[in-house]
Amino acid sequence: MKADPRGVLTGVHFLDGDHACCEGALAAGARFAAGYPITPSTEVVERFAARVPTVGGTFIQMEDELAASITLQGAVWGGAKAFTVTSGPGFSLMMEHIGYAAMTETPCVFVDVQRGGPSTGLPTLPAQADMMQARWGSHGDYEIIALCPNSPQECFDLTIKAFNLAEEFRVPVMFMMDEVVGHMTEKVVIPPADQIEVVPRRHTRKPLGEYLPYQTNGDMVPEIAHAGEGYKFHITGLTHDERGYPNMTPQVQDKLVRRLQNKIRNAADRIALYEEENLQDAEVVVVSYGITSRVAQRAIEMARAKKLPVGKLRLITAWPFPETKIRELSAYVKAFVVPELNLGQMVHEVERAAAGKARTFAVPHAGGSVHHPEDILKAIVEASR
Amino acid sequence: MSDFTNPVEPFLRTDRMPHIWCPGCGIGTTVNCFARALIESKIDLESLALVSGIGCTGRVAGYVKLDSFHTTHGRAIPFATGLKLANPKLNVVVYSGDGDLSAIGGNHLIHAARRNIDLKVICVNNLIYAMTGGQTAPTTPSHAITSTSPYGSCEPAFNLPHLVEAAGAVYVARWTTFHVRQLARSIAEAFNKKGFSFIEVISPCPTLFQRRNKLGDGLDTMKYYKEKSKVKHGAPTSEVGMTMTGEIIVGKFVDRDRPDYQTMARAQLAESLGDRFVEQAEMVCS
Repeated sequence: MKADPRGVLTGVHFLDGDHACCEGALAAGARFAAGYPITPSTEVVERFAARVPTVGGTFIQMEDELAASITLQGAVWGGAKAFTVTSGPGFSLMMEHIGYAAMTETPCVFVDVQRGGPSTGLPTLPAQADMMQARWGSHGDYEIIALCPNSPQECFDLTIKAFNLAEEFRVPVMFMMDEVVGHMTEKVVIPPADQIEVVPRRHTRKPLGEYLPYQTNGDMVPEIAHAGEGYKFHITGLTHDERGYPNMTPQVQDKLVRRLQNKIRNAADRIALYEEENLQDAEVVVVSYGITSRVAQRAIEMARAKKLPVGKLRLITAWPFPETKIRELSAYVKAFVVPELNLGQMVHEVERAAAGKARTFAVPHAGGSVHHPEDILKAIVEASR
Repeated sequence: MSDFTNPVEPFLRTDRMPHIWCPGCGIGTTVNCFARALIESKIDLESLALVSGIGCTGRVAGYVKLDSFHTTHGRAIPFATGLKLANPKLNVVVYSGDGDLSAIGGNHLIHAARRNIDLKVICVNNLIYAMTGGQTAPTTPSHAITSTSPYGSCEPAFNLPHLVEAAGAVYVARWTTFHVRQLARSIAEAFNKKGFSFIEVISPCPTLFQRRNKLGDGLDTMKYYKEKSKVKHGAPTSEVGMTMTGEIIVGKFVDRDRPDYQTMARAQLAESLGDRFVEQAEMVCS
């Protein structure tokens, strides 16, 4: 289905990543956002608050992130495409409702414009230190999808993708920006609405009385109904059966939690998005994402100028982690170099997928600025030895 | 057979019975009153949604045959806010307990009242956290014995009608589970009110509150409610605070009008944006 032209600001713009993310949400059909102000993410909802009443929709500023992260889910069950936007401290508060969205299979998007942590940390400066929290932050076993844009253009394009994946898999999607990508201003091209593909909600067509909220038909993702349509369905964060009724048996728990996990894991290769360069002759591969991928690009160019056989793998999907790709590469490359604005998070995934077949070199950075390309280059040189 | 059907049965998920509530518990009584209020007010059940938080009262969402949402602890009100804003045609009821609504969810309670979100909040107040075994709640009367105040609670209790009136609720009433007709009438009345309505229902927890405080069983509590309740419509809410065994002031305390959130939002946007304001369409994105 094509995007609703009312939400699409077709044209060539000069936007920062936060504003581009807002335009992506509007283009994807989001007509509801609940938020709570937090640097460096606030510009997303500031723009949404200004824009959405002109396209028909609602923004509400809630009393805290706990509220924002569940208000948006109420809106989803009322029929809206909805999202919230935050940064580290707020993301921490939202964890319970990421679990609720995963458990109730509420399609929605959480935008996290990452800043330095822990705690209040560095409100105005970048980090990429919420990557593991995005994956594991809520309690229990569950799966999410996480995307990492590295430019304002991608903040637009991938926000649409985030909403589409949320609808396709009925899962909360984490949109993992960082302060630099959020605040950098670049050219953003917004295509005409008829060139933007939007995934519709998996709404049930079953007649009243025949619909079961968590019945699946082979593809592992159940159909949804909205409040007020006459289905009289029940939704709970408790372990539930196909009727949505609480059931406290290990059997129902096993069936439900495995399905929540496998609906994403089994589709991991299809969900995986990455950008690659010079991998065919590479001995060393730099794996990076977000703003760090742009610093890494410079380091890779410097290394190649020194005739070092370096390739690039930029993660666009961080979760589910594209481990098939890493496994394939580790069959013939010598080493991976993983720079990130944290003291080692996604590097553990690279190491796990490489399974000892290729060495892994972390290039940690505590955040507050981006890497110096020389630091990444040094790691490449070391890895090439 | 149908001659013997309980009139509230069509409102219940009978396939989920028996329920989890203890003998003598008042929550089932409130659900009965709620169902009778639905019958009385002839409300369209298809456009009625019910949202609960966590706790004994939180389980109401699982027993009513409505679009019903059992959410997270304390967050029924913000969930209900999103539901109502996305689909203003829905009648949204929040049905939860005192701990859920006034402790962990206290911030949302006062802000929803301040915004005057068009929600009907039914707060079953059993003076403790019952689901987890009878711990002290913000509503526990001073000196009461609970599992986490084994020597008596030293904290003053929240006077919920006073709190929500101060925060901006347009309709505030309190009844006990003895006052079944009055409660049903209040719920029906709240359905005709646009804005944030709050009905507190004082309810026994014989298993955990009455027993520990040697206040007898469910029936003894009914007798207490009967003898010690005083109906005072329009009573100043500052004077309706409760004590362990003292008088319980019940009645309709607040019934006033002010524009609800969505009315205010629409007016503000229409005035500021003029022709650029686009009315929210139905959001169903299927």
